Amino acid sequence: MVPGALVLMIVLWEGYKAIGPENGADVFGVRLIPRTSDRAMPHVVEMLRRFGRPEVGGGSSRTVFDAVFAATWYSFRVALLGLVLGVCFGLLIAMLMARFNLLRKGLMPYLIISQTVPLIALAPLTVSWGGRLKLGSFEWQKWMSAAMLSAFLAFFPVAVGAIRGFASPPAASLELMDSYAATWWQGFRKLRFPAALAYLMPAFKLAAAAAVVGVVVSEISIGLRFGIGRLILSYSQEATGDPAKVYTAVVGAAVLGLAMAALVSLVDRTLSKNRPAEAQA
Amino acid sequence: MNGASLQRKVANAAVPVAFGVGFVVLWEFLVRWRDIKQFILPRPSMIWKEAVNNAGFLRSAATVSGTNALVGLVCGIIIGCAVAMIANRFKILAELVTPLSAAISAIPIVVIVSILNNMFRIGSEVPRRLMVTIVVFFVVFVNVARGLRQSNSTQMELMRSYAASPSQVMKKVRFPNALPFLFTAIKIAAPLAVTTAFVSEYFGGTQDGLGQKIPAAMANSKDPLGWAYVGAACVLGLGFFIAANVLEYVAVPWQRSRNSG
Amino acid sequence: MKHESHSPDQSLGQPAVVVDNVSKVFNAGGRQQVDALLDISLTVQPGEFVSLIGPSGCGKSTLLRLIADLLSVSSGSLVVNGKPAAQARLDQDYGMAFQQAGLFDWRNVAKNIELPLEIRGWDQAKRRERSAEMLELVKLSEFASHMPWQLSGGMQQRVAIARALAAHPPLLLMDEPFGALDEMTREHMQAELLSICASTSTTVIFVTHSIPEAVYLSDRVVVMSPRPGRITATIDVNLGGNRNDDTREASEFYGKITEVREALRGIEHVGGARGIEDR
Repeated sequence: MVPGALVLMIVLWEGYKAIGPENGADVFGVRLIPRTSDRAMPHVVEMLRRFGRPEVGGGSSRTVFDAVFAATWYSFRVALLGLVLGVCFGLLIAMLMARFNLLRKGLMPYLIISQTVPLIALAPLTVSWGGRLKLGSFEWQKWMSAAMLSAFLAFFPVAVGAIRGFASPPAASLELMDSYAATWWQGFRKLRFPAALAYLMPAFKLAAAAAVVGVVVSEISIGLRFGIGRLILSYSQEATGDPAKVYTAVVGAAVLGLAMAALVSLVDRTLSKNRPAEAQA
Repeated sequence: MNGASLQRKVANAAVPVAFGVGFVVLWEFLVRWRDIKQFILPRPSMIWKEAVNNAGFLRSAATVSGTNALVGLVCGIIIGCAVAMIANRFKILAELVTPLSAAISAIPIVVIVSILNNMFRIGSEVPRRLMVTIVVFFVVFVNVARGLRQSNSTQMELMRSYAASPSQVMKKVRFPNALPFLFTAIKIAAPLAVTTAFVSEYFGGTQDGLGQKIPAAMANSKDPLGWAYVGAACVLGLGFFIAANVLEYVAVPWQRSRNSG
Repeated sequence: MKHESHSPDQSLGQPAVVVDNVSKVFNAGGRQQVDALLDISLTVQPGEFVSLIGPSGCGKSTLLRLIADLLSVSSGSLVVNGKPAAQARLDQDYGMAFQQAGLFDWRNVAKNIELPLEIRGWDQAKRRERSAEMLELVKLSEFASHMPWQLSGGMQQRVAIARALAAHPPLLLMDEPFGALDEMTREHMQAELLSICASTSTTVIFVTHSIPEAVYLSDRVVVMSPRPGRITATIDVNLGGNRNDDTREASEFYGKITEVREALRGIEHVGGARGIEDR
């Protein structure tokens, strides 16, 4: 049904463009009905064609496709680094919280709150780090800020999912481990961790999406060039003269998100052979 | 509430509060001790001072972003419920929208606000509200559609034994059964609405919301003020989340025992 | 407590339920075809209390659902209250209670009882009056405005029975209604049910796993066997109209329990009876 959904979207787009008012319209005095001029809503065909033409006038530059591809690839690598870091830290913290009661009691409310506040707001705060933060010969790069934010956003869903998962075995199973006089570490490896897998996979999916959003938004708010987020912003500023261009970059961002999700479900597929269905998050 | 359980609640709250206070004190101390530059990490006391001094600006910026989030949230909830109910009758719609919402949850959908901006006149808040509406819609649609599908089988058999009509079944069984799912969706969507309204501002448009104020403050080297705006954004998100929880507590009281248990 | 009698013209002579040569096949023709019921015939007289008992998979719940027209027969005929089963459902000629009380969490106790009346389009004053009457019948008057989740399991089941009887149907169909209750509550509920049935002269068809429950409650116990579902024995229980806790100690009671158990054991030798409780 995915092709069907795509067709539905294209039909809605072109259909509205055909019947909607050229310059938009007001509802209750507010401009609610969007414009349908070619400048505001280019034809779908026009967006596809734009991929094949040069990025800027003059003919000698690379095509838009190459530009979008390069930017998506760049952002993908930063997001992947962020995701891996976020997953590692998330698992580590969750393990420590499962081991030490005090840590769990102290941190749990903050983990829950973290899911409700716009952590993404932190992105612009690291804008001044690039080029100015130095530790010996190590110099902080702007892309590191993006990767860090990405990791930060990916960290929370993983930590929350892992904590729930580690706590998920029923009391009877835990008592069984106790009756074997198993050490904490044995209990963790043989019971808590396998039980947590069902909770981890949905968490990884959330984390992958969060990592992508983290990179795209950081690129925009700290002015990191090369990535897809920045490309969307600069193409959208050219929209008056070249309306179809921004859509190519948006497609790039969508591909970035889907590629990341595909990667995670690939990992899921390989890990999930002997496991019942996912727990509802 | 008796004395013992109150005492236990206080004891339970004490640990996280101690962690929070400890974290802020450590932060303050580290920044002073290592003499960390303000642009890297300002001191909490500086951020607090800036927040108090600029309370008016913070409030007005939060009002702009908060209004966008609220309008989008309400619109998204209404449209999401309506489409879910229609999709319960016409399965083809459900089959088209469900994969779409799965894909949307993986992609940074907020970037399309840059497209929406071009479709409306400059300075309009409509693209941002529309953006929030879209994000909220998918969350609400997925959950409510699931709730409408999962009806208690004993109740459905009862309704059949009463020879109830399809609309009576929708009104008396399916819809009330889906209400807890709706409120679960609202609890997810409410903070998401704030985040979306806020990030939408990064993509241009008017300069009066929280999302625009943070980079502006940073650009003027007013780092503590930037952090104060972040704090305001967090308070806004938390406020929406708490409001959604209160709403659930009042509207679906039969869920209370289940949530705490 | 005074009760209007249920359509007296129909209770004279005419049976409450006539099951004639009924069979039910699930997935007919498919690879997983199941012959749930084969050539079942059963007649239940007005005011009679009949229990269906048998091991898991003997089709007793299926038979109940056929009578309720929640399922339709594969062959044979089914007459309820002098009409085809489908018409009886449309006329709300029966009330039904399940193992799960199935109360609606968002309605208080009185509103739960009024639900079938609402579906029939009764006006509010009449509904109020009837739910008050039913609450008195099941001794829950002071809980009218409680919410279902505030009640114990036994109380919830009493509300479900009140709901099933709210429209004063001549027939009550019960599918292991006390199966989820603890033993003490269960015995109490059995006594309550008998007194309710006596005061309303309702016909009851009752599905159960428990031999003592079937014997204590019934005028007749129908023993069924699985694969395919069939009636293997019908045992008349003549313990008299006034049953109480002493009945459970009486030797006639034990005699009937033994008789039912032996009828079930006949099945055991053939196919192995699972899910029968001896308590």
